[in-house]
Amino acid sequence: MSNAIQLLRFITAGSVDDGKSTLIGRLLHDSKSIFEDQLSAIAKTSTRRGMEAVDLSLLTDGLQAEREQGITIDVAYRYFATPKRKFIIGDTPGHEQYTRNMVTAASTANLAVILIDARRGVLTQTRRHTFIASLVRVPHIVLAVNKMDMVGYSQATFDAICAEYRAFAAQLGLHDVTCIPLSALVGDMVVDRGDNLNWYQGSPLLEHLENIVIDYDVNTTDFRYPVQWVCRPQTQEHHDFRGYMGRIESGEIRAGDAVTVLPSGRTSRVKEIATYDGNLQQAYAPQSIAITLVDEIDISRGDMLVKAESMPNVAKEFEAMLCWLSESPLDTNRKYILKHTTRVVKCLFSRIESRMDVNTLARHSTTTLNMNDIAHVAMKVQQPLVFDSYARNRSTGSFIVIDEATNNTVAAGMII
Amino acid sequence: MGSHVFTHLDALESESIHIMREVAAECKNPALLFSGGKDSIVMLRLAEKAFRPAKFSFPLVHIDTEHNFPEVIACRDKLAKDLGERLIVRSLEDSIKRGSIVIKDPDLPRNPFQSVTLLETIAEFGFDACMGGARRDEEKARAKERIFSFRDEFGQWDPKNQRPELWDTYNTRVHNGENIRVFPISNWTEMDIWEYIGREKLHIPEIYYAHKRAVIRRGNSVIPVSHLVQPKPAEKVETLSVRFRTVGDMTCTAPVESTAHTVEEIIAETATTRITERGATRMDDQTSEASMELRKKEGYF
Repeated sequence: MSNAIQLLRFITAGSVDDGKSTLIGRLLHDSKSIFEDQLSAIAKTSTRRGMEAVDLSLLTDGLQAEREQGITIDVAYRYFATPKRKFIIGDTPGHEQYTRNMVTAASTANLAVILIDARRGVLTQTRRHTFIASLVRVPHIVLAVNKMDMVGYSQATFDAICAEYRAFAAQLGLHDVTCIPLSALVGDMVVDRGDNLNWYQGSPLLEHLENIVIDYDVNTTDFRYPVQWVCRPQTQEHHDFRGYMGRIESGEIRAGDAVTVLPSGRTSRVKEIATYDGNLQQAYAPQSIAITLVDEIDISRGDMLVKAESMPNVAKEFEAMLCWLSESPLDTNRKYILKHTTRVVKCLFSRIESRMDVNTLARHSTTTLNMNDIAHVAMKVQQPLVFDSYARNRSTGSFIVIDEATNNTVAAGMII
Repeated sequence: MGSHVFTHLDALESESIHIMREVAAECKNPALLFSGGKDSIVMLRLAEKAFRPAKFSFPLVHIDTEHNFPEVIACRDKLAKDLGERLIVRSLEDSIKRGSIVIKDPDLPRNPFQSVTLLETIAEFGFDACMGGARRDEEKARAKERIFSFRDEFGQWDPKNQRPELWDTYNTRVHNGENIRVFPISNWTEMDIWEYIGREKLHIPEIYYAHKRAVIRRGNSVIPVSHLVQPKPAEKVETLSVRFRTVGDMTCTAPVESTAHTVEEIIAETATTRITERGATRMDDQTSEASMELRKKEGYF
């Protein structure tokens, strides 16, 4: 077993008509990630429904609650592995709640596979999916031009779709875009190359997923360490141990480094980087560690350790892009709860600058937000937040909004 | 990044530690469900990594069906004792005595009734969060469940009405009487668990390794002979080399034929197996397409 297997999280965006379920089924099947009992279960269902071949799309079939009510539950997670990488697929259905579901799944993804039907080309929904991927800043995009078998494996068709798509993606600031022609149904260029797309010089989809560089998907320059939990054993053996436990959200830290505690602004130096497996000389995102400091200063959950050479913002007012997730609309007269890193504060929406039409990218003025709306808002919080722009840092630039009355998560925010 | 290589196990471990610390920090009265099985033993190691050198700020809790393999119970008790952590055990027998569980035959599988005793235990101690070792790769109902899974006063999971879960920013809030189930190893697979057991050199019950065992064949399954399962007149008892992929209720947990005596050999077998973990071993999950989904809606973890 090699020890250097990495984890890649990706999402697939597209509707059933684009062959999304078939593509996921094909990836799992051809990478030998489907087990016999799963295959025999879907083979039985395929026969019962009068199909000749096993319908791989049934692998992503849902729960009883979904079948009975003809609905699809937002996000399902699927797992598979190759000798090179482990993969987590965030699979979202492409129905009316799509914006909300895709934002949710995309929030943890390294990569988005955006599916297109080669016969239909770049559609409104393609633009919508791409906009959401750019909004949530999924680092890598794959445009999977599916159903190439239905257009005679035409290179000209593929080239035209890619050119149109790349132009659109560039407008949104997306540059890491790879276009792959494939047929999920036949199996061309998904796991195996197949015999029908010999003019295509690039990698099949799986090979691309195995090899794309994801080391720099996290911010490696700005040290950000939100304190999660203060560990004070107060035992004889560890009488003076006071460890600030947390996960490095970005950047790196070494024993002896000077750190600043925010929002207080006090400074100290790192005495030890402690872990269960012993002390470390240096640690990187996204390691979970404990830090002890040379000086005794008052630090609690919600504070953030940073380095003086790359300071984040500390403020009580900021602007953000917001995706409203709840069926109850935003009420700008109310206070909500905001959770940002390990800090929980009350918040107010002082202004809705504009609502964005995800299909046309046009901006409209509005006084409220409904489920699936994406808007540019101005916010105020009761205590200062320690943050970066989402563009610079996905961890310290994101937050969720909770309705205190229901405790539901009602919005996802990305600080501008 | 220097020479540091952050592997998939490092990523999963760090994610799980982060989740456990969020629970400890934000929930008032959490518990860690611990059965002595391999997944919960991994959970225990992750909790050590999350909170040592301090003691856990929550107890370990086991809901005992009294249908468990004695080796697993022995391992449960030893681990809790070695770590010096508090273990609370509540038994289905107590619920049966109270009358809150009524069963026709004490020897039949008891998994469906675990939810009752679990909910009674949650009420007894007022737990607002229970961490469990369930994984999304186990079953399709689990695949759609959140890491922080909100339950109402009846412990019910409503798959259609789950809280959106974005980034690693978890909503842990509940009202009095409600609770959340938290699954820190949601994103681990069976293979990850075995690789981690190997990497961390974790002690697990012997029955996970190949051993000779008296079994009978019923349908497609191999069932261990025990004081709860005796051969029927026409059934033949065989002695096979087997190991367990999961350890649950003795009456419905089937071993697989195997000669794997070490973690490395189990990893090699897991890499080539063509049957899912639950498909091979849990007869109660095969009774209907939606068994797990229905149990979860009733408060199962």
